[in-house]
Amino acid sequence: MKLELRGITKRFGSLVANDHIDLVVEPGQVHCLLGENGAGKSTLMNVLYGLYDPTEGEILIDGKPVVFKDPGQAMAAGIGMVHQHFMLIPVFTVAENVALGNETTKTGGFLDVEATRRRIRQISDQYGFDVDPDAMVEDLPVGVQQRVEIIKALVRDAEILILDEPTAVLTPQETDELLDIIRQLKRDGKSIVFISHKLREVKEISDIITVIRRGKVVGQAEPTASTTELASAMVGRAVRLTLEKGAPRTGDVTFKVRNLTVVNPNGQRVVDGLSFDIAKGEVLAIAGVQGNGQTELTEAILGVQPHASGSVTLDGEELLGRSVKQVLGAGVGFVPEDRTVHGLVGTFSISENMILDLYDKAPFASGLGMKPSVISENAAKKVEEFDVRTPSVTAAVGTLSGGNQQKVVLARELSRPLRLFIASQPTRGLDVGSIEFVHKRVIAERDHGTPVMIVSTELDEVVQLADRIAVLYRGRLVGIVPATTSRDVLGLMMAGVPAEEAEASVKAHAGTNPHAVPEAAGREGESDV
Amino acid sequence: MSATIQPPASQRDADAALSKGDAKAASELVSWKAGIGLGLLAVLGTVLFGLLANDKLAGFRIAEARDPNASTVAAWVTLAVALAASAYLAYLWAARRRQGGPVDRWIPAAALAAVVVLGLAALGVARLEKVAAPSMAVGWICSAVLLALAGYAIFLTTQRRPAPRWVGGVFAVVFLVGFLVWIVAGGRDSEPSISLGGLLAGSVTLAVPLVFGSLSGVLCERVGVVNIAIEGQLLLGAFSAAVVATVTGNVYFGLISAGVAGALVSLVLAVVSIKYLVNQIIVGVVLNVLISGLTSFLFSTLLTADPEHLNKPGRLDPVDIPFLADIPVIGPILFHQSLVGYLMYAAVIVVYVGLFHTKWGLRVRAVGEHPQAADTVGINVNRTRFRNVLMGGAIAGIGGSFFTLVSVDAFSKDMSGGRGYIALAALIFGRWNPIGAFLAALLFGFADNLQSIITIIGSPVPSQFMAMLPYALTVIAVAGLVGRSRPPAASGIPYVKG
Repeated sequence: MKLELRGITKRFGSLVANDHIDLVVEPGQVHCLLGENGAGKSTLMNVLYGLYDPTEGEILIDGKPVVFKDPGQAMAAGIGMVHQHFMLIPVFTVAENVALGNETTKTGGFLDVEATRRRIRQISDQYGFDVDPDAMVEDLPVGVQQRVEIIKALVRDAEILILDEPTAVLTPQETDELLDIIRQLKRDGKSIVFISHKLREVKEISDIITVIRRGKVVGQAEPTASTTELASAMVGRAVRLTLEKGAPRTGDVTFKVRNLTVVNPNGQRVVDGLSFDIAKGEVLAIAGVQGNGQTELTEAILGVQPHASGSVTLDGEELLGRSVKQVLGAGVGFVPEDRTVHGLVGTFSISENMILDLYDKAPFASGLGMKPSVISENAAKKVEEFDVRTPSVTAAVGTLSGGNQQKVVLARELSRPLRLFIASQPTRGLDVGSIEFVHKRVIAERDHGTPVMIVSTELDEVVQLADRIAVLYRGRLVGIVPATTSRDVLGLMMAGVPAEEAEASVKAHAGTNPHAVPEAAGREGESDV
Repeated sequence: MSATIQPPASQRDADAALSKGDAKAASELVSWKAGIGLGLLAVLGTVLFGLLANDKLAGFRIAEARDPNASTVAAWVTLAVALAASAYLAYLWAARRRQGGPVDRWIPAAALAAVVVLGLAALGVARLEKVAAPSMAVGWICSAVLLALAGYAIFLTTQRRPAPRWVGGVFAVVFLVGFLVWIVAGGRDSEPSISLGGLLAGSVTLAVPLVFGSLSGVLCERVGVVNIAIEGQLLLGAFSAAVVATVTGNVYFGLISAGVAGALVSLVLAVVSIKYLVNQIIVGVVLNVLISGLTSFLFSTLLTADPEHLNKPGRLDPVDIPFLADIPVIGPILFHQSLVGYLMYAAVIVVYVGLFHTKWGLRVRAVGEHPQAADTVGINVNRTRFRNVLMGGAIAGIGGSFFTLVSVDAFSKDMSGGRGYIALAALIFGRWNPIGAFLAALLFGFADNLQSIITIIGSPVPSQFMAMLPYALTVIAVAGLVGRSRPPAASGIPYVKG
């Protein structure tokens, strides 16, 4: 089936998310849409899938114009979509999820679950998915959930499959498995639209690449194009993909975590007996697939997790059991993982957000009063220093782009003398330029002699920033390894395999999988942009 | 509905690698809630049933058979059926155990029900008419058992093991027995007694509006709309049933109009909360106040002026189901109901089967859990919600007709008396499941009926406290016993596309 988009435009009020986009997807082809977060890739696909009405333009299937009012019609036309955030109902079984909206019934509207199970087993066997139709979706690993999404599309006889940022939530091994599945689907003659901002995968899987920037198609490229070329096209200017950092000059070990355990309200140990140290002038990166206790770990250190036990000391001072204010007062800088929810008050101005934690201290306050002039002077200075692109310091933070919001958070956290700096997902959702900036500031803080803890689910970011890498799996520390550890070993560790076993397993597979080791060795120059 | 999941092989291997020789740490932490709660209740029980007990005999009249011969035959047949069912279920259970496979969730519940029926049938066969229990002795025995159970639960907690589920169940039964004996023995007479059959039959009857109300709640919340307006739906249902039945002279028209009235309340709820995205809880509360005011106004202006032509509906009399109604104890409780009562059984079964075994139910639950996912597979979220809310309103309205067509034969001000809110509690206690809600409503109906019976025979506790019983039970049940039950994820959240 051949899919063609002609002049698709989508406006939300004054915002133009898609601006006359043309796209042709040939049968049996993997067509990549490459673009930064917010470039309009997902909007375009939602238009195609009938979730949004296009403001202008038309969609053609096999040369005939079609109009989709809702996803049901798009599906009937043979378009399947795997959303970035899975559209699965967690408390349903796989079979129920697959059947939903396309149910096989016996007389009287009773569900014929057995028919659905058969279909799932058949597809599962055909593509080697290994999915149990009766498993509850919430109990499945993310990679398997994604296969359920693919099965959902295949059951409905999709000929065109849209995968929206499919690798964002996967471990490197799961990513490789997904790419294999895509190759199989392609062999069966399906057309694939693969949306991503990760250059490595795009180059590996695609037949043709369309680059989108600010809602417009800025060009097409062959997968043989160089990484730098693609990155420049995506960002619109030349970018450096490598981070220059010197060797760490480590000092005393000042930050110690001993046997830290966090119990969630359901009684599960989400952080389970963690112990690690960070020395002055060193970056420890916490790697792991999202949801393995990273959030709770950082929150426990900050003091917002009620059920935390163990010990967290900074310069010999116990932090656990203290209030957040006391912890911040002890010199802990903290960049939360979701800046829109935790780091900033969206409706407050930039200058107010710059002093959220210092509002009651000199020079910003005296007695009960605050000093607006000092506050805005401070903001003006920081905006300059951190290159926040804004018309004015009185602008509401919520109106800034993600990158600029993150710079405001960093400016606030890094502007006081720190004895520990924690940044959680520091570059999530940022454009390449902002990532570069944030990484530089983090390394600068390290070189300043501060112990730094970075929590990231992006392996590339971990590898770039870290001096040592700690891998978390299900709340436990799988191991702490040097930053030079290969990507494959880290990937296995992220699935819970201990360091030595992972090492051995990667060596054993090196013979059968020729590009595994060289790729790991050649990792240095690459980046995830 | 077996729900045991095997993680995929790779996952299991990884887990094994991680948790080598560390099995104990993997066990989850145990909360002290159960131990402390049971302990406090056990102490309370000891004080009441043991220390404060008198030396009277508490009498429980079992059954007054209407037709002894038919009754005996029915009792024997029931005994045989219950025995066969118990044996079969026990065999199934044991077989599953032996295979090491998981036991289906319904087997223990069904086995328990079969055993209870067996016991009741045995009572009928034995033609036992009255049981008398010495209050003091029973009280101390119950206290001792309660203290032992609480101690066991606390001991397990110190060992970091969760208390098994049977502990809570046995505790509840023993507490109930102790309480009944104590409270009946406290009656005015020298040998006070109550009718056990009457107590249970009355519980079912009083539970009827609660069951309809909570089914309405199930239908609405399962699709993602919080229905606080159950109270209003019951009340308007009662009102219109009374008026329409009087005006047309036909109680069945009254019944139908009650359903329509409930649906009308729902229509407002649906339009305002689904289409105009107003907070569902606020809309619900406002609707309740509105309906209460409206019916009170119409009652005091129109209905009291001319009750003969406006507020004198006929009654829906109880109908016996042949043979089944003759079973001693069970028959009068379950098979001597009005049309509304039988509709209740039908509604519970239809809603349950519909929700969990049909295409309609799958879509409804999907919309209540993850509307966006439902939308992406081509389900019209808001239309589904609209339809369900209307259906829920109609069901609650029919429940409201119970007040004017079955219970009392005229409408009076605010006669639903907060039962809509109790129905809401039953819905939560029943974990958003029609059968659970039905059982929870029965429990609340039991408390309600016990309260009125105790007030009649006189009790050591001031009647005001007894009147609090259903509500106190609601608070304890919802706060303490529900545990961590999970409402439909999207309940209360309006769905806006895109």
